[in-house]
Amino acid sequence: MRGTPPERVNDHTSPAPPGERPDRHLTEPDRVFIIKYMRSIWRTLDRETALGVGAVCLAVGVIGVSYGATAVAQGFPGWLPVVLGTVVLAGGAEFLFLGILAAGGSPIAAVLAGLLVNARHLPYGLSIPDAVGTGARRLLGVHVMNDEAVAMALAESDRTRRTAVYWACGLGVLAVWPLGAATGALLGTLVPDTAALGLDAVFPAVLLTLVLPALRDRATFGAVALGTAVALLGSPFLPAGLPVLLALTGLGYASWRLHRDAVHAAGTPAREPS
Amino acid sequence: MTVAAGVLALAVGTYAFRWAGPALRSRVRFPHHARRLLEIGAVVLLAALAAVTTLPVGTGEMGVAMPAGVAAACVLAWRRSPLLVVVLAAAGTTALLRLTGLP
Repeated sequence: MRGTPPERVNDHTSPAPPGERPDRHLTEPDRVFIIKYMRSIWRTLDRETALGVGAVCLAVGVIGVSYGATAVAQGFPGWLPVVLGTVVLAGGAEFLFLGILAAGGSPIAAVLAGLLVNARHLPYGLSIPDAVGTGARRLLGVHVMNDEAVAMALAESDRTRRTAVYWACGLGVLAVWPLGAATGALLGTLVPDTAALGLDAVFPAVLLTLVLPALRDRATFGAVALGTAVALLGSPFLPAGLPVLLALTGLGYASWRLHRDAVHAAGTPAREPS
Repeated sequence: MTVAAGVLALAVGTYAFRWAGPALRSRVRFPHHARRLLEIGAVVLLAALAAVTTLPVGTGEMGVAMPAGVAAACVLAWRRSPLLVVVLAAAGTTALLRLTGLP
Protein backbone atom coordinates (compact mmCIF):
# COMPACT_ATOMS: atom_id res chain seq x y z
CA MET A 1 0.00 0.00 0.00
CA ARG A 2 2.81 2.36 -0.85
CA GLY A 3 0.54 4.67 -2.82
CA THR A 4 -1.47 5.68 0.26
CA PRO A 5 -1.29 9.36 1.24
CA PRO A 6 1.01 9.43 4.29
CA GLU A 7 -0.91 12.11 6.17
CA ARG A 8 -4.03 9.92 6.31
CA VAL A 9 -2.11 6.81 7.26
CA ASN A 10 -0.22 8.34 10.12
CA ASP A 11 -2.94 10.29 11.91
CA HIS A 12 -4.11 7.54 14.25
CA THR A 13 -1.16 5.31 14.21
CA SER A 14 2.01 7.04 15.37
CA PRO A 15 3.34 4.58 17.95
CA ALA A 16 3.15 5.74 21.54
CA PRO A 17 6.44 6.56 23.30
CA PRO A 18 7.81 3.38 24.88
CA GLY A 19 7.33 4.71 28.40
CA GLU A 20 3.69 5.58 27.98
CA ARG A 21 1.21 2.96 29.24
CA PRO A 22 3.48 0.03 28.46
CA ASP A 23 0.85 -2.38 29.78
CA ARG A 24 -1.38 -1.60 26.83
CA HIS A 25 0.92 -0.45 24.08
CA LEU A 26 3.29 -3.37 24.21
CA THR A 27 0.68 -5.56 22.57
CA GLU A 28 -0.95 -2.81 20.51
CA PRO A 29 1.39 -2.27 17.53
CA ASP A 30 0.22 -5.31 15.64
CA ARG A 31 -3.40 -4.41 16.05
CA VAL A 32 -2.81 -0.77 15.19
CA PHE A 33 -0.90 -1.92 12.16
CA ILE A 34 -3.80 -4.06 10.99
CA ILE A 35 -6.32 -1.27 11.57
CA LYS A 36 -4.12 1.15 9.63
CA TYR A 37 -3.78 -1.41 6.89
CA MET A 38 -7.54 -2.00 6.75
CA ARG A 39 -8.13 1.75 6.40
CA SER A 40 -5.93 1.98 3.35
CA ILE A 41 -7.53 -1.19 1.97
CA TRP A 42 -11.00 0.31 2.13
CA ARG A 43 -9.83 3.51 0.47
CA THR A 44 -8.38 1.53 -2.42
CA LEU A 45 -11.53 -0.50 -3.05
CA ASP A 46 -14.36 1.06 -4.99
CA ARG A 47 -17.91 0.63 -3.77
CA GLU A 48 -18.78 -2.24 -6.10
CA THR A 49 -15.72 -4.26 -5.14
CA ALA A 50 -16.28 -3.57 -1.44
CA LEU A 51 -19.86 -4.80 -1.81
CA GLY A 52 -18.52 -7.89 -3.59
CA VAL A 53 -16.16 -8.61 -0.69
CA GLY A 54 -19.03 -8.07 1.74
CA ALA A 55 -21.23 -10.48 -0.19
CA VAL A 56 -18.48 -13.11 -0.27
CA CYS A 57 -18.00 -12.74 3.48
CA LEU A 58 -21.74 -13.06 4.03
CA ALA A 59 -21.80 -16.19 1.91
CA VAL A 60 -18.83 -17.64 3.80
CA GLY A 61 -20.63 -16.83 7.05
CA VAL A 62 -23.66 -18.79 5.81
CA ILE A 63 -21.43 -21.77 4.94
CA GLY A 64 -19.89 -21.40 8.40
CA VAL A 65 -23.33 -21.74 9.93
CA SER A 66 -23.90 -24.98 8.02
CA TYR A 67 -20.43 -26.18 9.07
CA GLY A 68 -20.96 -25.47 12.77
CA ALA A 69 -24.40 -27.08 12.68
CA THR A 70 -23.03 -30.17 10.91
CA ALA A 71 -20.20 -30.56 13.43
CA VAL A 72 -22.58 -30.45 16.39
CA ALA A 73 -24.92 -32.87 14.63
CA GLN A 74 -21.94 -35.27 14.29
CA GLY A 75 -21.54 -35.18 18.06
CA PHE A 76 -18.56 -32.83 18.40
CA PRO A 77 -18.43 -30.11 21.06
CA GLY A 78 -19.43 -26.64 19.80
CA TRP A 79 -15.96 -25.14 20.36
CA LEU A 80 -14.22 -27.58 17.99
CA PRO A 81 -15.51 -26.12 14.67
CA VAL A 82 -14.80 -22.61 15.97
CA VAL A 83 -11.19 -23.44 16.93
CA LEU A 84 -10.62 -25.35 13.66
CA GLY A 85 -12.15 -22.45 11.75
CA THR A 86 -9.68 -20.02 13.31
CA VAL A 87 -6.43 -22.00 13.16
CA VAL A 88 -6.99 -24.00 9.96
CA LEU A 89 -9.26 -21.51 8.16
CA ALA A 90 -10.01 -23.78 5.21
CA GLY A 91 -13.61 -24.99 5.05
CA GLY A 92 -13.20 -28.03 2.83
CA ALA A 93 -10.41 -29.53 4.92
CA GLU A 94 -12.29 -28.90 8.18
CA PHE A 95 -15.46 -30.57 6.88
CA LEU A 96 -13.36 -33.53 5.79
CA PHE A 97 -11.34 -33.70 9.03
CA LEU A 98 -14.44 -33.84 11.21
CA GLY A 99 -16.22 -36.12 8.74
CA ILE A 100 -13.47 -38.74 8.94
CA LEU A 101 -13.33 -38.53 12.75
CA ALA A 102 -17.12 -38.79 12.94
CA ALA A 103 -17.05 -41.88 10.72
CA GLY A 104 -14.65 -43.49 13.19
CA GLY A 105 -11.48 -42.87 11.18
CA SER A 106 -8.14 -42.35 12.90
CA PRO A 107 -6.98 -38.77 13.65
CA ILE A 108 -3.89 -39.42 11.53
CA ALA A 109 -6.02 -40.28 8.50
CA ALA A 110 -8.14 -37.20 9.17
CA VAL A 111 -5.06 -34.95 9.33
CA LEU A 112 -3.55 -36.43 6.15
CA ALA A 113 -6.82 -36.03 4.23
CA GLY A 114 -7.14 -32.44 5.44
CA LEU A 115 -3.56 -31.65 4.41
CA LEU A 116 -4.11 -33.20 1.00
CA VAL A 117 -7.12 -30.94 0.44
CA ASN A 118 -5.13 -27.93 1.63
CA ALA A 119 -2.14 -28.62 -0.62
CA ARG A 120 -3.85 -26.36 -3.18
CA HIS A 121 -2.76 -23.37 -1.09
CA LEU A 122 0.80 -23.84 -2.32
CA PRO A 123 -0.06 -23.08 -5.97
CA TYR A 124 -2.42 -20.34 -4.74
CA GLY A 125 0.50 -18.68 -3.01
CA LEU A 126 2.61 -19.01 -6.15
CA SER A 127 -0.10 -17.28 -8.17
CA ILE A 128 -0.53 -14.22 -5.89
CA PRO A 129 2.80 -13.80 -4.09
CA ASP A 130 2.71 -9.98 -3.88
CA ALA A 131 -0.71 -9.77 -2.23
CA VAL A 132 0.35 -11.53 0.99
CA GLY A 133 2.79 -8.74 1.89
CA THR A 134 6.32 -8.95 3.23
CA GLY A 135 8.06 -9.25 6.59
CA ALA A 136 5.87 -9.55 9.68
CA ARG A 137 2.77 -8.71 7.64
CA ARG A 138 3.23 -11.91 5.67
CA LEU A 139 2.82 -14.03 8.82
CA LEU A 140 -0.84 -13.03 8.86
CA GLY A 141 -1.05 -12.51 5.11
CA VAL A 142 -0.43 -16.16 4.31
CA HIS A 143 -2.79 -17.38 7.03
CA VAL A 144 -5.78 -15.53 5.52
CA MET A 145 -5.13 -17.15 2.11
CA ASN A 146 -8.40 -18.86 1.19
CA ASP A 147 -10.33 -19.88 -1.93
CA GLU A 148 -12.51 -16.78 -1.99
CA ALA A 149 -9.75 -14.24 -1.33
CA VAL A 150 -7.53 -15.81 -4.00
CA ALA A 151 -10.35 -15.89 -6.56
CA MET A 152 -11.30 -12.26 -5.90
CA ALA A 153 -7.65 -11.17 -6.01
CA LEU A 154 -7.04 -12.95 -9.33
CA ALA A 155 -9.96 -11.01 -10.84
CA GLU A 156 -8.01 -7.76 -10.28
CA SER A 157 -5.21 -6.93 -12.67
CA ASP A 158 -3.89 -3.86 -10.83
CA ARG A 159 -1.36 -4.82 -8.16
CA THR A 160 -2.52 -2.36 -5.48
CA ARG A 161 -6.17 -3.28 -5.93
CA ARG A 162 -5.28 -6.97 -5.98
CA THR A 163 -3.56 -6.63 -2.61
CA ALA A 164 -6.44 -4.61 -1.18
CA VAL A 165 -9.09 -7.11 -2.31
CA TYR A 166 -7.00 -10.02 -1.03
CA TRP A 167 -6.62 -8.55 2.46
CA ALA A 168 -10.19 -7.31 2.73
CA CYS A 169 -11.59 -10.70 1.74
CA GLY A 170 -8.99 -12.67 3.70
CA LEU A 171 -9.45 -10.78 6.98
CA GLY A 172 -13.22 -10.72 6.43
CA VAL A 173 -13.31 -14.51 6.09
CA LEU A 174 -11.05 -14.87 9.15
CA ALA A 175 -13.74 -12.98 11.07
CA VAL A 176 -16.96 -14.46 9.65
CA TRP A 177 -15.94 -18.11 9.25
CA PRO A 178 -15.40 -18.87 12.97
CA LEU A 179 -18.32 -16.56 13.82
CA GLY A 180 -20.57 -18.47 11.42
CA ALA A 181 -19.33 -21.77 12.85
CA ALA A 182 -20.20 -20.60 16.37
CA THR A 183 -23.65 -19.51 15.22
CA GLY A 184 -24.14 -22.85 13.47
CA ALA A 185 -23.03 -24.77 16.55
CA LEU A 186 -25.73 -22.93 18.52
CA LEU A 187 -28.29 -23.41 15.76
CA GLY A 188 -27.39 -27.09 15.43
CA THR A 189 -28.52 -27.69 18.99
CA LEU A 190 -31.88 -26.09 18.11
CA VAL A 191 -32.57 -27.19 14.51
CA PRO A 192 -32.10 -30.95 14.09
CA ASP A 193 -32.02 -31.14 10.27
CA THR A 194 -29.92 -28.29 8.87
CA ALA A 195 -29.55 -30.01 5.46
CA ALA A 196 -33.15 -28.95 4.84
CA LEU A 197 -31.95 -25.35 4.68
CA GLY A 198 -29.80 -26.09 1.59
CA LEU A 199 -26.74 -24.37 3.05
CA ASP A 200 -24.35 -26.95 1.59
CA ALA A 201 -25.03 -25.58 -1.92
CA VAL A 202 -23.64 -22.16 -0.98
CA PHE A 203 -19.92 -23.09 -0.95
CA PRO A 204 -19.68 -24.50 -4.51
CA ALA A 205 -22.03 -21.78 -5.81
CA VAL A 206 -19.76 -19.05 -4.43
CA LEU A 207 -16.63 -20.71 -5.85
CA LEU A 208 -18.16 -21.04 -9.32
CA THR A 209 -19.42 -17.44 -9.26
CA LEU A 210 -15.91 -16.28 -8.44
CA VAL A 211 -14.19 -18.21 -11.24
CA LEU A 212 -16.77 -17.47 -13.97
CA PRO A 213 -15.19 -14.15 -15.11
CA ALA A 214 -11.80 -15.83 -15.58
CA LEU A 215 -13.36 -18.39 -17.95
CA ARG A 216 -13.71 -15.76 -20.70
CA ASP A 217 -10.03 -16.39 -21.37
CA ARG A 218 -9.79 -19.30 -23.84
CA ALA A 219 -6.67 -20.87 -22.33
CA THR A 220 -8.22 -20.76 -18.84
CA PHE A 221 -11.54 -22.15 -20.06
CA GLY A 222 -9.90 -25.12 -21.78
CA ALA A 223 -7.73 -25.87 -18.75
CA VAL A 224 -10.72 -25.69 -16.40
CA ALA A 225 -12.89 -27.90 -18.63
CA LEU A 226 -10.18 -30.55 -18.92
CA GLY A 227 -9.09 -30.34 -15.27
CA THR A 228 -12.63 -30.54 -13.90
CA ALA A 229 -13.36 -33.58 -16.07
CA VAL A 230 -10.21 -35.31 -14.77
CA ALA A 231 -11.16 -34.49 -11.15
CA LEU A 232 -14.72 -35.80 -11.53
CA LEU A 233 -13.64 -38.97 -13.33
CA GLY A 234 -10.91 -39.61 -10.77
CA SER A 235 -12.93 -39.02 -7.62
CA PRO A 236 -14.51 -42.50 -7.37
CA PHE A 237 -11.06 -44.09 -7.33
CA LEU A 238 -8.90 -41.61 -5.40
CA PRO A 239 -8.78 -40.41 -1.78
CA ALA A 240 -10.43 -37.04 -1.12
CA GLY A 241 -8.28 -34.08 -2.08
CA LEU A 242 -6.25 -35.85 -4.75
CA PRO A 243 -8.82 -35.41 -7.58
CA VAL A 244 -8.73 -31.61 -7.09
CA LEU A 245 -4.93 -31.62 -7.36
CA LEU A 246 -5.06 -33.88 -10.43
CA ALA A 247 -7.21 -31.21 -12.10
CA LEU A 248 -3.92 -29.37 -12.63
CA THR A 249 -3.32 -31.70 -15.60
CA GLY A 250 -5.64 -29.26 -17.40
CA LEU A 251 -2.69 -26.88 -17.39
CA GLY A 252 -1.22 -29.01 -20.19
CA TYR A 253 -3.83 -27.53 -22.50
CA ALA A 254 -3.27 -23.99 -21.20
CA SER A 255 0.46 -24.34 -21.72
CA TRP A 256 0.01 -25.46 -25.32
CA ARG A 257 -2.50 -22.71 -25.98
CA LEU A 258 -0.35 -19.96 -24.46
CA HIS A 259 2.64 -21.15 -26.46
CA ARG A 260 0.62 -21.18 -29.69
CA ASP A 261 -0.78 -17.69 -29.02
CA ALA A 262 2.71 -16.40 -28.26
CA VAL A 263 3.99 -17.77 -31.56
CA HIS A 264 1.02 -16.18 -33.40
CA ALA A 265 1.46 -12.85 -31.62
CA ALA A 266 5.15 -12.78 -32.43
CA GLY A 267 4.13 -12.88 -36.12
CA THR A 268 6.49 -11.83 -38.88
CA PRO A 269 9.14 -9.95 -36.83
CA ALA A 270 9.89 -13.12 -34.92
CA ARG A 271 10.75 -14.91 -38.17
CA GLU A 272 13.44 -12.41 -39.00
CA PRO A 273 16.77 -14.15 -38.67
CA SER A 274 18.66 -12.55 -35.83
CA MET B 1 -6.30 -35.25 23.41
CA THR B 2 -5.77 -37.01 20.09
CA VAL B 3 -8.33 -34.70 18.50
CA ALA B 4 -6.46 -31.65 19.84
CA ALA B 5 -3.18 -33.01 18.43
CA GLY B 6 -4.93 -33.58 15.09
CA VAL B 7 -6.21 -30.00 15.06
CA LEU B 8 -2.71 -28.72 15.77
CA ALA B 9 -1.10 -30.88 13.08
CA LEU B 10 -3.66 -29.82 10.48
CA ALA B 11 -3.24 -26.15 11.41
CA VAL B 12 0.58 -26.25 11.26
CA GLY B 13 0.64 -28.23 8.01
CA THR B 14 -1.89 -25.95 6.33
CA TYR B 15 0.08 -22.89 7.41
CA ALA B 16 3.22 -24.43 5.92
CA PHE B 17 1.47 -24.89 2.53
CA ARG B 18 0.24 -21.29 2.61
CA TRP B 19 3.65 -19.96 3.56
CA ALA B 20 5.52 -22.02 0.96
CA GLY B 21 3.97 -20.45 -2.16
CA PRO B 22 4.97 -16.81 -1.63
CA ALA B 23 8.29 -17.92 -0.08
CA LEU B 24 9.21 -19.99 -3.14
CA ARG B 25 8.03 -17.32 -5.52
CA SER B 26 10.21 -14.61 -4.00
CA ARG B 27 13.28 -16.83 -4.33
CA VAL B 28 12.68 -18.02 -7.87
CA ARG B 29 12.10 -15.80 -10.92
CA PHE B 30 9.27 -17.09 -13.09
CA PRO B 31 8.96 -16.15 -16.77
CA HIS B 32 5.68 -14.61 -18.02
CA HIS B 33 4.44 -17.90 -19.46
CA ALA B 34 4.91 -19.66 -16.11
CA ARG B 35 3.20 -16.82 -14.21
CA ARG B 36 0.14 -17.10 -16.45
CA LEU B 37 0.08 -20.87 -15.93
CA LEU B 38 0.22 -20.40 -12.14
CA GLU B 39 -2.78 -18.04 -12.26
CA ILE B 40 -4.72 -20.41 -14.49
CA GLY B 41 -3.76 -23.24 -12.12
CA ALA B 42 -5.46 -21.48 -9.21
CA VAL B 43 -8.66 -21.06 -11.25
CA VAL B 44 -8.53 -24.73 -12.27
CA LEU B 45 -8.18 -25.82 -8.61
CA LEU B 46 -11.11 -23.65 -7.51
CA ALA B 47 -13.36 -24.89 -10.31
CA ALA B 48 -12.44 -28.52 -9.66
CA LEU B 49 -13.08 -28.09 -5.92
CA ALA B 50 -16.54 -26.69 -6.72
CA ALA B 51 -17.26 -29.53 -9.17
CA VAL B 52 -16.14 -32.30 -6.81
CA THR B 53 -18.13 -30.76 -3.93
CA THR B 54 -21.27 -30.45 -6.08
CA LEU B 55 -20.99 -33.87 -7.72
CA PRO B 56 -19.38 -36.25 -5.19
CA VAL B 57 -19.09 -39.08 -7.74
CA GLY B 58 -18.67 -42.50 -6.21
CA THR B 59 -19.22 -41.54 -2.57
CA GLY B 60 -22.88 -42.55 -2.49
CA GLU B 61 -23.77 -39.07 -1.25
CA MET B 62 -24.63 -37.71 -4.67
CA GLY B 63 -27.90 -35.85 -4.52
CA VAL B 64 -30.14 -34.01 -6.94
CA ALA B 65 -31.21 -31.00 -4.88
CA MET B 66 -27.72 -29.62 -4.24
CA PRO B 67 -26.43 -29.83 -7.85
CA ALA B 68 -29.72 -28.24 -9.00
CA GLY B 69 -29.25 -25.41 -6.51
CA VAL B 70 -25.67 -24.87 -7.69
CA ALA B 71 -26.83 -24.94 -11.34
CA ALA B 72 -29.50 -22.32 -10.63
CA ALA B 73 -26.88 -20.17 -8.92
CA CYS B 74 -24.54 -20.55 -11.92
CA VAL B 75 -27.19 -19.34 -14.35
CA LEU B 76 -27.78 -16.28 -12.17
CA ALA B 77 -24.04 -15.67 -11.84
CA TRP B 78 -23.60 -15.97 -15.61
CA ARG B 79 -26.28 -13.25 -15.98
CA ARG B 80 -24.26 -11.15 -13.54
CA SER B 81 -26.71 -11.17 -10.66
CA PRO B 82 -25.35 -9.86 -7.34
CA LEU B 83 -23.52 -12.49 -5.29
CA LEU B 84 -26.06 -12.33 -2.48
CA VAL B 85 -28.85 -13.22 -4.94
CA VAL B 86 -26.72 -16.10 -6.25
CA VAL B 87 -26.12 -17.40 -2.71
CA LEU B 88 -29.79 -17.19 -1.75
CA ALA B 89 -30.80 -18.91 -5.01
CA ALA B 90 -28.37 -21.77 -4.32
CA ALA B 91 -29.63 -22.39 -0.78
CA GLY B 92 -33.28 -21.63 -1.63
CA THR B 93 -33.46 -23.96 -4.66
CA THR B 94 -31.75 -26.76 -2.73
CA ALA B 95 -34.01 -26.30 0.29
CA LEU B 96 -37.19 -26.25 -1.85
CA LEU B 97 -36.20 -29.40 -3.75
CA ARG B 98 -35.38 -31.20 -0.47
CA LEU B 99 -38.78 -30.10 0.81
CA THR B 100 -40.36 -32.05 -2.07
CA GLY B 101 -38.45 -35.13 -0.93
CA LEU B 102 -35.58 -35.19 -3.44
CA PRO B 103 -32.20 -36.29 -2.03
